[in-house]
Amino acid sequence: MNHADSEDILATAAGWRAAGELVAVATVTETWGSSPRPAGSRLAVTKSGKMAGSVSGGCIEGAVADAAMQTIETGTPQLLDFGISHERAWEVGLACGGKVKVFVEKLL
Amino acid sequence: MTPEILAALERAKATKRPVVLGTRLPSGEQVLLPDPGQSAALNDAAAKMLQSDESGTVKIGDSDWFLHAHNPPLRLIVVGAVHIAQALAPFATPCGFAVTVVDPRRSFGSDERFPGVAISNDWPDEALDKFVPDSRTAVVTLTHDPKLDDPALDRALKSDAFYIGALGSRRTHAARLGRLKALGHTDEAMARIRGPVGLDLEAVTAPEIALSIIAELVAVRRGSSLGIRQPKS
Repeated sequence: MNHADSEDILATAAGWRAAGELVAVATVTETWGSSPRPAGSRLAVTKSGKMAGSVSGGCIEGAVADAAMQTIETGTPQLLDFGISHERAWEVGLACGGKVKVFVEKLL
Repeated sequence: MTPEILAALERAKATKRPVVLGTRLPSGEQVLLPDPGQSAALNDAAAKMLQSDESGTVKIGDSDWFLHAHNPPLRLIVVGAVHIAQALAPFATPCGFAVTVVDPRRSFGSDERFPGVAISNDWPDEALDKFVPDSRTAVVTLTHDPKLDDPALDRALKSDAFYIGALGSRRTHAARLGRLKALGHTDEAMARIRGPVGLDLEAVTAPEIALSIIAELVAVRRGSSLGIRQPKS
């Protein structure tokens, strides 16, 4: 296993997918400054509203879950950029002052 | 992520094979590395990620690649199916360690006392010869019994284990070092043994001692200064 528990989250997501759920997985791909979760941290989301894992201390989880819902609908991956320079960061509140990029993909 | 990539990742995990999931950003095209069909630069970058047990984004040619290291779990070999081991095993698992408890005394090393934990009833030297501790393995002896602890420490010192810890007071530890010296281990080599085991928390109860051991394991693994033992005056 590498950092944290990322593989268990993928296993959980795969289990949901195998049970017929529509699933997206978000992964931290880059961090700057005092981001609470390292690159490789994963959050899995289902269309039905299940969640497992995390990509931050909780401050961007909501915005990432919204993006995951879009990706579940469209099938198109997204690279989200949360940081102090980003308008959205104020909206969702990266209180730690860090920056983080999150890749969101659908489990096909 | 395609079902093929997901299945390949699951196969690698089941066979404890280290792999890197490479994702081209932002398009999301994915490959599993190492892959001779990919560029040497991409394979080299992936090998570095596995080595450092880190994940991150790198630029290869004109492309950004997120390289996600998937290493097999760290291993913790606990010698002595004692009370502290019962506190340690369920704590080590969520910290990323695959735990095996070794104790030839079957009444100690039973599934009933260690539900869901791998148990070996081999003698510790035989068990360690089988497990071949590598640089992702920690060995902790907890029996207080030289018959069991010494052979395990002897084998651990001959291995690449990244952490070797032995329960016991300073006086017990000094006597232990004397016996290991008689087996041919040098003072320098024996400095690898952390005895008394664990961060110095003044721990008393079994869960507290387990916490001190886990804390030191994490400190050593993550390169914290707390993982460096200062000589006591």
